[in-house]
Amino acid sequence: MEDTGSVIAFWLFAAMTVGAAVGVAASRNLIHAVGMLIISFAGLAGLYVTLSADFIAVAQVLIYIGAIAVLILFAIVLTPEAGRHNQEGFMRFPAVALAGITAAAMIYAALDTEWVLSDRPGFEGTATVIGDALLDKYALPFEIASVLLLVAVLGAIVLVRPEGAEEGE
Amino acid sequence: MDSVDLEHYLIVGSLLFAIGMYMALAKRNFIGVLIGIELMFNAVNLTFISFSRFAESDAPLAGHVFVIFVITVAAAEAAVALALAVLLYRVRETVDVDRIDLLKW
Repeated sequence: MEDTGSVIAFWLFAAMTVGAAVGVAASRNLIHAVGMLIISFAGLAGLYVTLSADFIAVAQVLIYIGAIAVLILFAIVLTPEAGRHNQEGFMRFPAVALAGITAAAMIYAALDTEWVLSDRPGFEGTATVIGDALLDKYALPFEIASVLLLVAVLGAIVLVRPEGAEEGE
Repeated sequence: MDSVDLEHYLIVGSLLFAIGMYMALAKRNFIGVLIGIELMFNAVNLTFISFSRFAESDAPLAGHVFVIFVITVAAAEAAVALALAVLLYRVRETVDVDRIDLLKW
C-alpha cells in the first residue's frame, strides 16, 4: 500500500490501537481501562478497513465494542465491593520480562522471515465471499460455533442463577 | 516510511499481544486479566487479517472466516468468564486473583 491516505490511516490507527492498549494496562481504575479498551478496539476496526476487511471491521465494532466491552462493564459494576483497582500483583516484573521477550521474538520473526507476498489489490467487498464460505466449505464449523454460543449463554445463566432458585420456582 | 507492508501490521499485532500478555499475567483483578486476554485475541485477529491481505494464497478470504470463528469463541469465552467473575465475587467477596488461593499448597 503506497498511497498517502492508506499510509496516514495506518499510522493513525496503529498509534490509536497501541497507545490505547498501553492506557488499558496503565490506568488505575477499571472503568477507565474499559474506556481505553473501547478506543483500542475502534482503532483495530480502522486497521481492518485499511486492510480492506470491511465485514470484519463492522463485526469488530458490533461484537467487541458493542457486546464484549459492555459485558466487561457489567461485570465490573456487578462486583462493587471488590474495588475498581487495576493494579499489578507480585508477578509484575516477570510478566514485563516475559511480555518483552515475546514481543521481541515475534517482531524479530516478522522482520527476518522472507514472506511470500502477492501484489493483488485490496478485496472488493468481502461479505459475499465470506457468507458463501460459511454456508458451504465451513458449514460444519459454523453449526458447531452456533451450538458453542448456545452452550456458553446457557452456562453463563446457570452459573449466575441466584442461590436457592430451583426448578419450578 | 512511505509505504505500509505486512511487517508493519505484524509489529502492531506483536505489541498488542505483548500488552495483553502482560495484563493477563500481572493484573490482580480477575476482570483485568480477562481484558488482557481480549487484547490478545484482537492481536491474533489483526495478524490473520493482515496475512489474508498480503500473503500469496489460493483462497485469501479463508483468513477472514477464521477471524469470524475466533470472534465467536472469544464472545463465548467472555460470557462464561465474566459469569465466573460474578459468581466468584458472590462466594468470596473478592475478584483478586492473589487472594483466591484455596488450591495453593
